[in-house]
Amino acid sequence: MRLEPIANPSALRLFGLPTAALALTVVIASLLALLAGADPLATLGLILKGAAGSKFAILETLNRATPLIFTGLAVAVAFRARLWNIGAEAQLYAGAVVTVILGTGALGALPSILTILIIALAAMLAGALVLLGPVLLKTRAGVDEVVTTLLFNFIMLLFISYLLEGPMKDPTGMGWPKSASLDKAARLPRIVEGLRLHWGFALALIAAGLVWVLQTRTTLGFEIRAVGQNIEAARFAGMPVDRVLVKTALLSGGLAALAGFSEVAGLKGNLTLDLSPGFGYTGIIVAMLALLNPLGVVVTAIFVAGVFVGADSMSRAAGVPTYIADILLATSLLTMVLALRLTRARLRRR
Amino acid sequence: MGVDNGAEVVLRLDRITKRFGPLTANDAISFDLNRGEVIGLLGENGAGKTTLMNILFGHYTADEGGVEVFGAPLPPGNPRAALAAGVGMVHQHFTLADNLTVLENILLGTGSLLSARLNARAARARVRDLSRDFGLAVHPDAKVGTLSVGERQRVEILKALYRDARILILDEPTAVLTPQETTALFETLRKAVARGLSVIFISHKLGEVMAITSRVLVLRHGRLVGEVETAATDRHRLAAMMVGAEVTAPKLAERVAGPALLTLAGVSTPDRGNATGLKSVDLVLRAGQITGLAGVSGNGQAALAALIGGLEEPVAGTMELGNHRAAQWSPRAALGAGIARIPEDRHKTGVIADFTLAENAVLECYARAPYSNRGWMDWRAADGLARKIINTYDVRCPGPHARIRLLSGGNMQKLILGRALDPGPEVILANQPVRGLDIGAVNFVHSQLIAARDGGAAVLLISEDLDEIMALSDVIHVIYEGQVSPEFPRQSKTPAELGVWMAGQGFQGGEHAA
Repeated sequence: MRLEPIANPSALRLFGLPTAALALTVVIASLLALLAGADPLATLGLILKGAAGSKFAILETLNRATPLIFTGLAVAVAFRARLWNIGAEAQLYAGAVVTVILGTGALGALPSILTILIIALAAMLAGALVLLGPVLLKTRAGVDEVVTTLLFNFIMLLFISYLLEGPMKDPTGMGWPKSASLDKAARLPRIVEGLRLHWGFALALIAAGLVWVLQTRTTLGFEIRAVGQNIEAARFAGMPVDRVLVKTALLSGGLAALAGFSEVAGLKGNLTLDLSPGFGYTGIIVAMLALLNPLGVVVTAIFVAGVFVGADSMSRAAGVPTYIADILLATSLLTMVLALRLTRARLRRR
Repeated sequence: MGVDNGAEVVLRLDRITKRFGPLTANDAISFDLNRGEVIGLLGENGAGKTTLMNILFGHYTADEGGVEVFGAPLPPGNPRAALAAGVGMVHQHFTLADNLTVLENILLGTGSLLSARLNARAARARVRDLSRDFGLAVHPDAKVGTLSVGERQRVEILKALYRDARILILDEPTAVLTPQETTALFETLRKAVARGLSVIFISHKLGEVMAITSRVLVLRHGRLVGEVETAATDRHRLAAMMVGAEVTAPKLAERVAGPALLTLAGVSTPDRGNATGLKSVDLVLRAGQITGLAGVSGNGQAALAALIGGLEEPVAGTMELGNHRAAQWSPRAALGAGIARIPEDRHKTGVIADFTLAENAVLECYARAPYSNRGWMDWRAADGLARKIINTYDVRCPGPHARIRLLSGGNMQKLILGRALDPGPEVILANQPVRGLDIGAVNFVHSQLIAARDGGAAVLLISEDLDEIMALSDVIHVIYEGQVSPEFPRQSKTPAELGVWMAGQGFQGGEHAA
């Protein structure tokens, strides 16, 4: 079998194949539900209801989507330049640590909006710095960033563990490894009073829009895309390739750190070791499903969050294990990536 | 089974038809290939030669028609079956792994890697024999990434021979070769034919088709428009058949050269792996003059192009642009100094395949106004530049927003040429500017280079095609192992005399130092 490129894919191909991919995902999920002894249709219904069946469910999904939009953007930005940042998890925690340090009284009595702004910027800076090391190792010494960024995730988690058991341990935490809680002034308020959705979500939407503008309208965005598509041609044309990679890394790290900032300041209020259930890694799925398009990241992040939230809720109601969510995501990623590939190429038998 | 060796049909194509959407790339093409003959498959780019051979080799499946090899039908769309039936193909773009050695490349895919290692000694001996028998000199343990294009081609041919190919398909094999390498290749082909192999020689170079083939098939717009005995035809008739009209090459008119625009004095650059650096090179490029640089591939042309193009810094010597000494080495500094570059490999370094024409048009100037203002791109300005290049340089394309990968090599090169010439450069570095292009595009590129020279630009034409150098250059240098010969005025040397220099005689430091 071989792939033959299609110059102008039909509308049926463009929309039918992704739909078919979703359908296949649903079929596989149904089989899993059957295996767990539940009624597949009811299970799917419960997932759908849990993800989007009520105002509460929708807000919960959007809350869950917020960090995924940030990490998805971080990955999308980096991958666009073929900078393989697998370390969004570490950058997320860097942002979270800075948020806690600055949000627990270090800034004194500033107006809330100023406090939040300073914390957000400082968090971005921290995330950017975490990725600076790997990218400099890549541009200066040719060290593969996949390895360095991945390893940083473990280093960072151990470091956080040390902080939470030591210097940052909440004295009133009754021995639990968690940090002190953020001051009121440092918390992200809710968008509408009474609805459980914080400003982090709005910030994520704005970030997606800005990244899209950056990629399509700015000189740096042009450079990032050129370096990602053909680094040799970019270098030959006179682009400052190494500098572009460093800027990309700073941006990517900063975006991932905002996920940590918004989770702490908008939702949790403190830092624990389970702040992120792998948001950094799930961000890779989000970005890949979105084909690295920053606006697409918003859509896929909400989809992925919906699957998680829906599966949680279904699991409570139907007693089907929650890892059906992981399997759903994995299958949807595989089928969707294949489907999207096939919208632009035809499979020929031999 | 043929009664007579000369007439035994080894390959038969029967009414092969292939359509890509509305385009019919091959329209009911039939022909036979006999044992021990070389046939030429002649046609412009896009005439359907490569498609036809890809069908034969199983990369594509024909919509209609079939292929027979040694009397047995070949299953369609199966390169392995084609290989097993004894069809070997040397592609225009080589399919070698740069990080493996010659021997490893040849063995790749012939069995498990383990058994290949166990049999390495036998394999090495076999490769050595093949090298000797067919005149394919190449070191079995050299990394392919360090080889010249000519050497890589030899590896490709060895690969096919190692797999017992009885039918060799060579797709534009001489597009990348020097006259000497071409002669060597022809020698190899003659040896192969003498051993009963059959060869399909795909080309658009008439002289070579006349020289090596016994029969020529001419394709135009997907159709077989002619089949003639080589002995019974001539270049002009073949050209007319191929293009469908008479063609004339642009001519160089006499012109007095102006002042020196770029002067290299004693410049040396480091060797890069097996890529030769420059060794104390003196070279002057003058306004209104085309300087031709002849030489066998891999003798430092890349280093010279990298130096002038701003990618390589000299370790000794000076480069003067006009009256001031060049101090900065970066592509952007070169561009800023009025040096235009046409890169050797347009796919790899010339364009970004998935970018649009407009994006590729501004690839070198995007950071300047009007294309970029305070960090913001002005895509309307980029479109404007692309449209201007498309119109001025006759780039056939759907428009500035089409992806450039959809363009033919000739049209891609026209865009690169337009991008380079549009700012009105003082110095033009044209590195293999017509490699792999068809006659129409070659003439176009040449006439544009001549026009730039007539307009007062200094042109450095680097080519491995001596005919091209001799036809287009006011003065000629020869490069050999990083050294550059003295300047020879136009028509002061015969091709044979230049060939002697290309082989290294006459250079300092050699045994033949004058």
